[in-house]
Amino acid sequence: MSIDTSKVATSNTAAATASKPSKAGAVATWADERLGLAGAMKKNLRKVFPDHWSFMLGEIALWSFVVLLLTGVFLSLWFTPSMAEVEYQGSYDQLRGISMSQAMASTLDISFDVRGGLLMRQMHHWAAMIFIGAMMIHLMRVYFTGAFRKPRELNWVIGMLLLLLGTLEGFTGYSLPDDLLSGTGVRAADGFLKASPVIGTYLSFFLFGGEFPGEAIIPRLYIVHVLLIPGLLLALIAAHMLLLVYHKHTQWPGPGRTEENVVGYPMLPVYAAKAGGFFFVVFGVTAMMGGLLTINPVWKFGPYDPSKVTAGSQPDWYMGWPDGALRIMPGWESHFWGVTLSWNVLLPILVLPLAFFALVLMLPFIEAWITGDKREHHLLQRPRNAPTRTAVMVSLMTFYGLLWAAGGNDLIAIKFRLSINQITYFMRAAVFIGPAIAFWVTRRICISLQRHDNDRLLHGYETGVIMRSAEGAYSERHLPISEEEAYTLTARDRDEVYTVESDVDENGVAAQGSRANRLRARLSSWMYSHNVQKPTRAELEEGHHHAEHEAELQAGLDHAADGHQFDGHHSVEGEELRSH
Amino acid sequence: MSHTDDTLPVGVEADPIADPGLPAHHWRPTDVDEKAGKRAERQVAALFTLAIVCAILFVVAYFALEIGDNVDTFLGMGASTVALGSALGLGLLFTGIGIIQLARKLMADHEMVEYRHPAASSEEDREATLAALNAGLEESGIGRRPLVRNSLLGAVGALGLPAIVLLRDLGPNPWSDEVVDPENGGGLEHTLWAEGVRVVRDVVGTPIKVSDLEIGDLVNCQPARMFETDENGHPLVHGVDLQVAKSKASLVLLRMEPDDITPGRGRENWTVQGIVAYSKICTHVGCPISLNERTTHHLLCPCHQSTFDLADSGRVVFGPAARALPQLPLAVDAEGYLIAQSDFTEPVGPSFWERDSQ
Repeated sequence: MSIDTSKVATSNTAAATASKPSKAGAVATWADERLGLAGAMKKNLRKVFPDHWSFMLGEIALWSFVVLLLTGVFLSLWFTPSMAEVEYQGSYDQLRGISMSQAMASTLDISFDVRGGLLMRQMHHWAAMIFIGAMMIHLMRVYFTGAFRKPRELNWVIGMLLLLLGTLEGFTGYSLPDDLLSGTGVRAADGFLKASPVIGTYLSFFLFGGEFPGEAIIPRLYIVHVLLIPGLLLALIAAHMLLLVYHKHTQWPGPGRTEENVVGYPMLPVYAAKAGGFFFVVFGVTAMMGGLLTINPVWKFGPYDPSKVTAGSQPDWYMGWPDGALRIMPGWESHFWGVTLSWNVLLPILVLPLAFFALVLMLPFIEAWITGDKREHHLLQRPRNAPTRTAVMVSLMTFYGLLWAAGGNDLIAIKFRLSINQITYFMRAAVFIGPAIAFWVTRRICISLQRHDNDRLLHGYETGVIMRSAEGAYSERHLPISEEEAYTLTARDRDEVYTVESDVDENGVAAQGSRANRLRARLSSWMYSHNVQKPTRAELEEGHHHAEHEAELQAGLDHAADGHQFDGHHSVEGEELRSH
Repeated sequence: MSHTDDTLPVGVEADPIADPGLPAHHWRPTDVDEKAGKRAERQVAALFTLAIVCAILFVVAYFALEIGDNVDTFLGMGASTVALGSALGLGLLFTGIGIIQLARKLMADHEMVEYRHPAASSEEDREATLAALNAGLEESGIGRRPLVRNSLLGAVGALGLPAIVLLRDLGPNPWSDEVVDPENGGGLEHTLWAEGVRVVRDVVGTPIKVSDLEIGDLVNCQPARMFETDENGHPLVHGVDLQVAKSKASLVLLRMEPDDITPGRGRENWTVQGIVAYSKICTHVGCPISLNERTTHHLLCPCHQSTFDLADSGRVVFGPAARALPQLPLAVDAEGYLIAQSDFTEPVGPSFWERDSQ
């Protein structure tokens, strides 16, 4: 290193000395004398956050929620959540004189008669889609890297509740304009409620204040949308963030990064600046989308009319997968004792999404039970190093994705000129077969990648230099990887398959819970037995020995090349071209 | 990862390669080169200046550009929306990128190390808390006096009842007299159709003669009662009542070759010269069905693709719906207009628990 550090900028030194009280200091003193926060802040102001691009995904969700609050407050200043019938007299020619609800008319007013209103409406809608999408991608990141493990299981649960509430918030929101598309969605929701066994018709009549559509649903959805769910979301987000701060963020393993520490930038100033700057970026991207990309043009759909519908009616994307399940479900219905049970609605809409949600919610607890691991984990795992876990999530994603595609079976049929019947029959099978294939393929890929890592550790990396021996045999030269990379690759636990010691205790009586333990042993074997473990020290030494031997053999060959240690993969301090 | 050592079986080492420790800090060009530092400073300031310009442009666009019915003057969108969105978006982006550039280039970039602590409290803290909890419970006497405890639980539980009961009036009982009104189509099992009610075109409300329809014509219809007015010309059914009526009474009328029709049992005289009438409300979850396949007499619901055969009692031929579309028995009145013989003989729309028919 020949960089001259004598001219290092003065700003980049240790903490500023408090020689004379600054203005910030005076404010802090004033506040502390009243709030006494210095004790808590002294640790947290410089709290360390590790740096990785994937830690930004949850931030997108957080900041888009802030954008939703800001734009939502703006919209609420003009929106009238009423189903009272009015004749539209606003600026939009094609609907003038048409009878519609006040909700629809005020939505049109926001779009055409309030400056910036359409921008705010579209930003609000785009931010909602980004909010839910970011939460889902963040969820996958957390799962794939094992960040849900102890002590963070409860934060996983809070995150799942946020996703569920966010989805409901989205549905209640896009139903508010009372246009033809959203009204069709509410009509379908009424059908879902009516399909509930025993209490279905009561649920429907209570929610709608009488027969569908009634005049209560929009004001009721409105208060749920602007008060009830946002309040819960805010409280849960606060809890999510507090737990994040308390647990300290997970980090990737690497030199100097262990289970006991957290390495990164201090909250003040670097992390606060990066996160704060990122808020403006998310806000800015949303504003660009709101200004340049039309979304939910309710004026093209017209007001809701229960006798009308447009072809290609679809819910917002995050509602697409239960809709897909609804589309491919066979038309099963039971009639007995003078009542009707609609399996064709009950299973795909009321049972499946809740069961799927419950399964994903339970994933951390299921894994913890199988592994029996009671340790805290703060180092992340690469997805390849947990092949079964990774395969489970890819399998679930495949299931979700296929159902989502089934939710667009009519559009697929039109765009690709296929038969909608065949697409539907295909999907009925694919939602079961696809996840199984995805599981198997993903696990094999993970295991292959684990083998590849071990190859790098034991035999070094491929230099691309082809050697020819005197006999004319060709071989590729391998060189050892850097110590830092080797350490990072081996900084993971060995997987231990749980085995049942004995089914019976010393008196020959079946041990308590032995059946559960046998199941656990089977699951543990299913989860871990295929995994490739990192090499031991002895194996590594043997590998290096072998590599040196190889290098010696190749040293005298025709095209022996040197200098590859200067290829950037290695620390070259004090390194010279080998002379032998 | 040294703490894993004691949990590992004997003979298995924790780390085959020793932790080389944190890599040395690398100085950035902006740290060591004053010129580079100044350049970064200018970049950041320029970004913030651009943000100010964008904010001013936003204000100018707000007052300069008209809104209203010109929704597609620019890029298929209103000029005002495009300009406001671009100015606001770029202003925010410049601000955000400026702050991030500041953090990356000019703020100190020394990584810091902080030590973790177990999430659990210390053993002493936990014991002290448990002791306090037990002391509190003990002093309350709740454990020793089950009568007090149980009656308290009962009281709190019972007070949950008002919270639930209070929600009762959210809506009427679907099977009460308040709702069920066969005369006026009230309730889940009745619509505005009744004996002798004329079938009229939706939107315009004109009655239909057999001769008005060609083979293959499909017409969206409503009961004539929906268009009746009082002496002042005000519609009798309007607002919410109209929406409720439409959500059940909407009808599709289709004329086909009489020979193509396979009449259901007991439905031989429900058609008039090849004209059939079915509920427009899908039996799946209640979308209005609208896509007609002229050659096959199949009607497709655009929401979930349930397909019904109108030549065969509205039977489901494809999709998730479980039940045939309800058929409306048709007849012709003295003036030759199409009328209903009665209301639908079964509830229309999505299934519900109390529904007592196939």
